[in-house]
Amino acid sequence: MTDDRKPMIECRGVHKHYGDYHALRGIDLTIRAGEFFSLLGPSGCGKTTLLRTIAGFEDISDGAILIDEKRMDEVPANKRPTNMVFQSYAIFPHLTVAQNVAFGLRRDPRGKAEKAALVEEALAMVGLRGYGNRAAHALSGGQRQRVALARALILKPKVLLLDEPLSALDRKMREQMQVELIKLQRQVGITFVLVTHDQEEALVMSDRIAVMFEGEIAQLDGPEALYARPATRRVADFIGVMNFLPARILGEQAGTATVEVPGLGVVDLPERQISRANPDDEGPTIGFRPETMTLVGPTQTHSQPRETNATIDEVVYYGDMTYYDLRLDGAAAMDGKARPVRISMRNVFGRDVQEVGTRTRLAWSPGSLVLFR
Amino acid sequence: MAKGLDAQAKQGYALIAPPFLYALVILAAPLLTILTYSFLTDGYLEVVRDFTVSNYVQVWTDPIVRTVMLRSLMVSALVTLVTVLLAFPVAYYVSFLVRPERKSLWLFLITIPFWTSYLIRVFLWKVILGYNGVINSSLTGLGIIDEPLTFILYNVNSIVITLAHAYAPFAILPIFVALEKIDRALLEAGRDLGESRAMTFWRVTLPLAMPGVLAAVLIVFIPTIGDYVTPELIGGGKIPMIANLIQVQMLALDNRPLGSALAVTAMAIVALVSVVFLLINRRFLKVRS
Amino acid sequence: MKGQGRGLQAYALLYLLFLYAPIILLPLFAFNSGTIIAFPLQGFTTNWFAQMWANATLRTALTNSLTIAVSASILATCLGVFAARASTRFEFPGKGGMMGFILLPMVLPEIIVAMSLLVVLLGAGVQLSILTVILGHVLICMPYAIAILSTAFSSLDKSLEEAAYDLGETKWSAFRLVTLPLVMPGIVSSLLISFTISLDEFIIAFFLAGNQPTLPTYIFSQLRFPKQIPMIMALGTVLVALSILLLALGEYFRRRGNARMGGNPTGGFL
Repeated sequence: MTDDRKPMIECRGVHKHYGDYHALRGIDLTIRAGEFFSLLGPSGCGKTTLLRTIAGFEDISDGAILIDEKRMDEVPANKRPTNMVFQSYAIFPHLTVAQNVAFGLRRDPRGKAEKAALVEEALAMVGLRGYGNRAAHALSGGQRQRVALARALILKPKVLLLDEPLSALDRKMREQMQVELIKLQRQVGITFVLVTHDQEEALVMSDRIAVMFEGEIAQLDGPEALYARPATRRVADFIGVMNFLPARILGEQAGTATVEVPGLGVVDLPERQISRANPDDEGPTIGFRPETMTLVGPTQTHSQPRETNATIDEVVYYGDMTYYDLRLDGAAAMDGKARPVRISMRNVFGRDVQEVGTRTRLAWSPGSLVLFR
Repeated sequence: MAKGLDAQAKQGYALIAPPFLYALVILAAPLLTILTYSFLTDGYLEVVRDFTVSNYVQVWTDPIVRTVMLRSLMVSALVTLVTVLLAFPVAYYVSFLVRPERKSLWLFLITIPFWTSYLIRVFLWKVILGYNGVINSSLTGLGIIDEPLTFILYNVNSIVITLAHAYAPFAILPIFVALEKIDRALLEAGRDLGESRAMTFWRVTLPLAMPGVLAAVLIVFIPTIGDYVTPELIGGGKIPMIANLIQVQMLALDNRPLGSALAVTAMAIVALVSVVFLLINRRFLKVRS
Repeated sequence: MKGQGRGLQAYALLYLLFLYAPIILLPLFAFNSGTIIAFPLQGFTTNWFAQMWANATLRTALTNSLTIAVSASILATCLGVFAARASTRFEFPGKGGMMGFILLPMVLPEIIVAMSLLVVLLGAGVQLSILTVILGHVLICMPYAIAILSTAFSSLDKSLEEAAYDLGETKWSAFRLVTLPLVMPGIVSSLLISFTISLDEFIIAFFLAGNQPTLPTYIFSQLRFPKQIPMIMALGTVLVALSILLLALGEYFRRRGNARMGGNPTGGFL
């Protein structure tokens, strides 16, 4: 898929040092106009620093940042075409909701009535119609966030920056706001850049995601590609759950590889299933997601090309799902260590939860495997 | 390199410069002058620029100076002990037994007297404790005593009572803050693990409140050792403390080098006591973390 | 539990009585017609207040004290704003040491501050006046101002100022529109507390005022004359009433500030 939308944010070799600490190590990144883009990573990976350099709150030590094709080196935060939704929302507690939303319009030459109409429109957009006269400090977390959104969007910025905007909300509220943010972004068409440490949130909301570790971008991809074909073991481990098994490479030609995996046998993998960026240096490893394999009963039939016998070691019941930890037959063949494998099964009507110790069959397809080498 | 840090540091220095320079000129320069004077020789109406340690020799050997020094230390220690002991139960009461919404009222009531004229408060203690004072006249009036009590006036006891009154909030507040910080679940845990209420207090509450108690000790001890007014008014000038001695040497006798040596010695003693208590406090804080 | 609580409560009330004993006596003697400060009380009079009102020296002392207290509290609060902002918002090498030094007067015996300053001023040939008292008072008020202002500044979310900046304000207008209104209650309390400390300060005023009277030095000089004591009691009554009024105002502003920030009104002055 090619994207011909014009670049909105470009980072070229961006470095950031704090004394001896190297927070950003050469970030190269292009975010396109109208994209919902996420910076995802564990705390301390530099994602918030990157967001704050785009906003202009932090100087960069080296490299360049361009917004809408203009270099931002000498442009301070208050002159950049970006606005921010802060993690704490930063709602001014001494002002009303309407005064908060109108804050950025102070230098706007338009008349009072016109501004009031804009405020009302912005409040309506985030579902807070009629809240204008409320005191800001009396709002709930979700309402604060809506005010923060309205306050930033009323200025019609080219880019909206969101710093972990959902982390302070409870689970239900968070899921609701995720959907609302997606709708809002489609409605206004502004480029959104979201910082989050929650992989699920990034997968749900983003067009593209940059996964960051230690000040570097480890992978930049769409959600499906990121989930199905993680570039490194570390990315795979950070996003969702992935099983890892050691593998032995039997032969390689023209990008494809033939590998032997204890417990799974010999498989041929096409190029798209091979990740060559494996800095973890643990030797060739096969990875697969828990939901890509299926437990089948002794008399059940299935349409998968391969099956493996296994014993159930542990059962974890989640209501809608059940997780099974399995010991594959022959799993210890390579180095004497039998690594457990986690499989998830949806608890559909008519399917019983299996018990610990049960012998079972595992049906799978080589298409669900990823080789890290 | 480190552009962000430098910019931040520069702004920080620019902001702190005015108050810091003010303290440098109005506090550090005078203190250094005193320190210098203390090593110079006293001439008639002037300070002679001859280096000497004789001022310190005199401070440490003169029996009058020694008496006054020891008295100051003893009075301060006594005041500190009395003030902190009297204050602890009050802090405990406010922290543990007063309802949360009433706590700030109690703290307000405790701090108000502190903000009213110090001189008048000190003088009124003289009125209360005096020969024909409130206590004596009431007691004689009620026929409980025939002769006015004299052990409460113009002596160390009256100085201690007056100072204990003056520095009460200084003792209560740090202890209160330390008690407030104690997680109430710890006390329940102590009880749950089979300790009696008294033993829980002894083994859990008191050790955790210790940083506050030590802070209170320091915060009462330091100003009382330098108190000038109370010995002057209550003691009737007959039982001088170190501050009075410094004033006499500096102004009345115009012996600035000796006065400076006294001041430096007093500061050194205060600093020494503070360091000792801060070290003890560090031990308690270590236990805590 | 109940018994322990009762005992402690009785003790706490007795302790309050001990704290308030002098203050309770003050108005009693101020309105007592007897010229000797002793029980039993004689009769009711407001003469002492009239005498106080007519006293010219006292008026000079009051004017001096007010001049000193107003100047010192404004200067100490201004310097305090700088220090509090530096210490709560910025990291730089040597910060702890510099802040500790600025706060030093809080733990230094006042006699030493007064004496060392006096020696330097006399050595430099500076004429002692209320100006020199202001210099000293700013020094001792500053730590209290900083303590109050630091609390106000540190309870402020750093993002608030950034948000204002992000929304197009300059650094200075962000400070003026957001930070200043939010720390204003702290500034008012700092002014009130500094004013109260300066108004009541004796030692520095005693040594640095030259021959200018201030309220405390005037009171001190009059305490030697039994004849003047009833008038001093009247003066004390007025001062105590004034202090309580100022403190109540300070507390009111502090709480209003807290309520505005959505916090809960607990804590005290120190």
